Amino acid sequence: MDPARKRKTRLVVALTCALLLAVALVYTSFSAASEARQPSQLAAAEPGKTYQLTGKVAAGSWRHEGTVHTFRVEDRKGGGPSVPVRYVGQVPDPFREGREIVIDVRRQGAGFEGQPDTLVTKCPSKFTAEPKT
Amino acid sequence: MALAGSTCLAAALAICLYGIGASLYGARARRRDFVASGRRAVYALAGMLVVAMGILQMAFVRSDFSFELVSSHSSTTTPLFYRVTAVWSSQEGSLLLWVLLLALWSSAILFLTRRRLREVAPYAAAVLLGFGAFFCALLVFLESPFTTLAAPPAEGAGLNPLLRHPSMMIHPPMLYSGYTLFAVPFAFAVGALITRRLGSEWIRSTRPFTLAAWLFLGMGIMLGARWSYMELGWGGYWAWDPVENASLMPWLTGTAFLHSVMIQEKRGMLKVWNVSLVLATGVLAILGTFLVRSGILESIHAFGASTLGIPFLVLIVVMIGGSIALVASRAERLRSEHRLDSLLSREAAFLLNNLVLVGLCFVVFWGTFFPLISEALTGQEASVGPPWFNRYITPLALVLVLLSGIGPLIAWRRATAANLRRNFAVPTGAAVSVLVALVAVGVTSSLGALLMFSFAAFVFGALGQELWRGVRARRAMSQDSVPAALLALVRRNRRRYGGYLVHAGVAVMFVGVAASSAFQDQRLVELRPGQTERIGDYALTYERPTSRLVAASNGRLERIDLGARLRLRHDDGPVQTLTTFKSYFPSTDPSLGPISRFFEGEATSEVALRAGITQDLWAAVAPDIGRLRPRIDEGDQVFATARELSDDDHEAFLAQALAGLSRSYTDDPPPATFRFIASPLVTWIWLGALLVFAGGATALWPAGARARRPATAAGLARVARELERA
Repeated sequence: MDPARKRKTRLVVALTCALLLAVALVYTSFSAASEARQPSQLAAAEPGKTYQLTGKVAAGSWRHEGTVHTFRVEDRKGGGPSVPVRYVGQVPDPFREGREIVIDVRRQGAGFEGQPDTLVTKCPSKFTAEPKT
Repeated sequence: MALAGSTCLAAALAICLYGIGASLYGARARRRDFVASGRRAVYALAGMLVVAMGILQMAFVRSDFSFELVSSHSSTTTPLFYRVTAVWSSQEGSLLLWVLLLALWSSAILFLTRRRLREVAPYAAAVLLGFGAFFCALLVFLESPFTTLAAPPAEGAGLNPLLRHPSMMIHPPMLYSGYTLFAVPFAFAVGALITRRLGSEWIRSTRPFTLAAWLFLGMGIMLGARWSYMELGWGGYWAWDPVENASLMPWLTGTAFLHSVMIQEKRGMLKVWNVSLVLATGVLAILGTFLVRSGILESIHAFGASTLGIPFLVLIVVMIGGSIALVASRAERLRSEHRLDSLLSREAAFLLNNLVLVGLCFVVFWGTFFPLISEALTGQEASVGPPWFNRYITPLALVLVLLSGIGPLIAWRRATAANLRRNFAVPTGAAVSVLVALVAVGVTSSLGALLMFSFAAFVFGALGQELWRGVRARRAMSQDSVPAALLALVRRNRRRYGGYLVHAGVAVMFVGVAASSAFQDQRLVELRPGQTERIGDYALTYERPTSRLVAASNGRLERIDLGARLRLRHDDGPVQTLTTFKSYFPSTDPSLGPISRFFEGEATSEVALRAGITQDLWAAVAPDIGRLRPRIDEGDQVFATARELSDDDHEAFLAQALAGLSRSYTDDPPPATFRFIASPLVTWIWLGALLVFAGGATALWPAGARARRPATAAGLARVARELERA
């Protein structure tokens, strides 16, 4: 095979591989992704589907018995509807009422079940350049 | 002092703007005096920022709460080391650190190249000063670290307890050194493209900076991983958090560049690729800073609704647009001097290594920005988790490790069958032996881990063989002892053998990652004193609860520690004692009672770790303070009624009340929740990282005069004879 043709073949093979990988990447990312929701957007949550819930732990709502924690999550801006979440596991050190959290949840009856090891509490003071209004 | 600091920043911005003008005018009008003046502006910028940082540091050391930054990020109870380093725990302080490091590195490269790269350097200086101007403008107009308070508080909020870990304090300067050092090759690449001086000289001149950038960024990433393992109370070292990913992306493209640039130096190939990699790495370094500052992605780090997102976005768009335009307009001059001769060659192996590294970077980029991509495409924000990342990263990491063994073995241009037989027999034998041995002893539950161990054996075999051959050749020339020959060999070619050490370190690290990910045993249990839990070969007994009140150096109460003493027995070995606790730091919220504020503030876990070369046993306790609640509320009420107390009496009674409270926790302990993790080979990750850094430092170390002296013909002939026999 002449060198120019050989180079072209290599390029086509390489580009095809890259394209296939990119398609796989795009397809799996959409199929494996959890939709991000705030509590006020969870009213129509489907059972069995995982959502990434973002919001604030409502004041006075956190109860725990050993490793079983129950709390309500409200929208980040506060107020509005809140949803009950049950989480089995150890909560992160910065977890508190009023703190922002991110957790993967699934609908379980009237409430939501937090998925193991998915609870993230946002680091409260580092770079909180939230403008004071 | 705050006014002096602000003046320094304003002067720094003015110096940047002058320096840009002088450098560009000097370069275009061929006025050396202006070029030199532009260079000196960089030195002046560094000096001005050193003074500004000095003023801020002094304010932190002196706990001068008239500085808003000091009052919100430090306190009189913060230990001195953390007061010094608390400067960069704030947004403003970290931006100042960023631009200070940029100015220092820029001064170093421009000083070293003051008599070389006469055409390229002025443009590079202008680009570096452009970055300086951007950051100085942010500090002057948007995020001043020198804002003062009209009524300074008596006490500051203190440093976030989670950040009170030595590695977390060294981590930002390392990371920022990496980011800012990558600005150096970026600036010189832009200069080379503008002036069409696209040979290897700018690459050679900036190589130590590129290597140092890679080294510092890697160290920063590893320190962050170590902090996460020791401090965050979840027992992991990597979570694919956007902020972690932000630092990993430029490191991956930087690694790719360090490899592919060798092909350009040796064979004049991949010029477009190399210059694109450098430019992409520079953009990714800024993108990393943007991610951290803008808060556009959900992360464990609440960076807040910062006002810096838009300026950073503008900078990134300018960098990307400018880079593409420059590369496209200089495409003719970036043509390769040679073609790839064979797919069985070192060039091809390096190319594949580059594709894998860029592929890894793309996967990380896609996963990190997926929430934005998904929202743009579907209108619905969605995110991918660690399993998605692992699905792609694992196979790519396997290929990467295998290539780190193949690269040093395979011949340049075209590998012959004889070359392949001669160089690959031993490493392949090592890989197959390890694979068979592991399957024989039943390590088959994770294919990924099994392949990683086997590929690592291939790398060790390859590097061992190369070292042994080098030592033999050296001894043929000098009759040195084996250690002396090895030392001389490394001294003679620091880049090559430093690189080998890096490859060995990467293999060791990936073995640790594979083993600790695939064979980890984890328990979350609730135990009462005296109860035992088994994990792996260990038996852990909750012996008794612990509590203590910790005072700061000024005598004021800093925190309360509640924890557990554990008895650890490994098989029939001796009994060991481990202690883990949770530290409760007081909140500064004035609406809370004096007792409850100690339990409503920040809390950090101090883990118990029994680190071993084969296995780590990690334990963290979450004390149940629910039973203390009635007493806490009661204490608050008592203090609320005792308003007549003097400050000293208040402190004394408070200490007494808290001591009583902590005693009641140990006297009548409720069940505590424990997380126990038995992880094999975690120590290998840290050891591997140390090897990588030792290798990087070896490659970075300047070669001595003897090493640069060319070999004699007679010497080369002797080596050739010896290698033929080998």
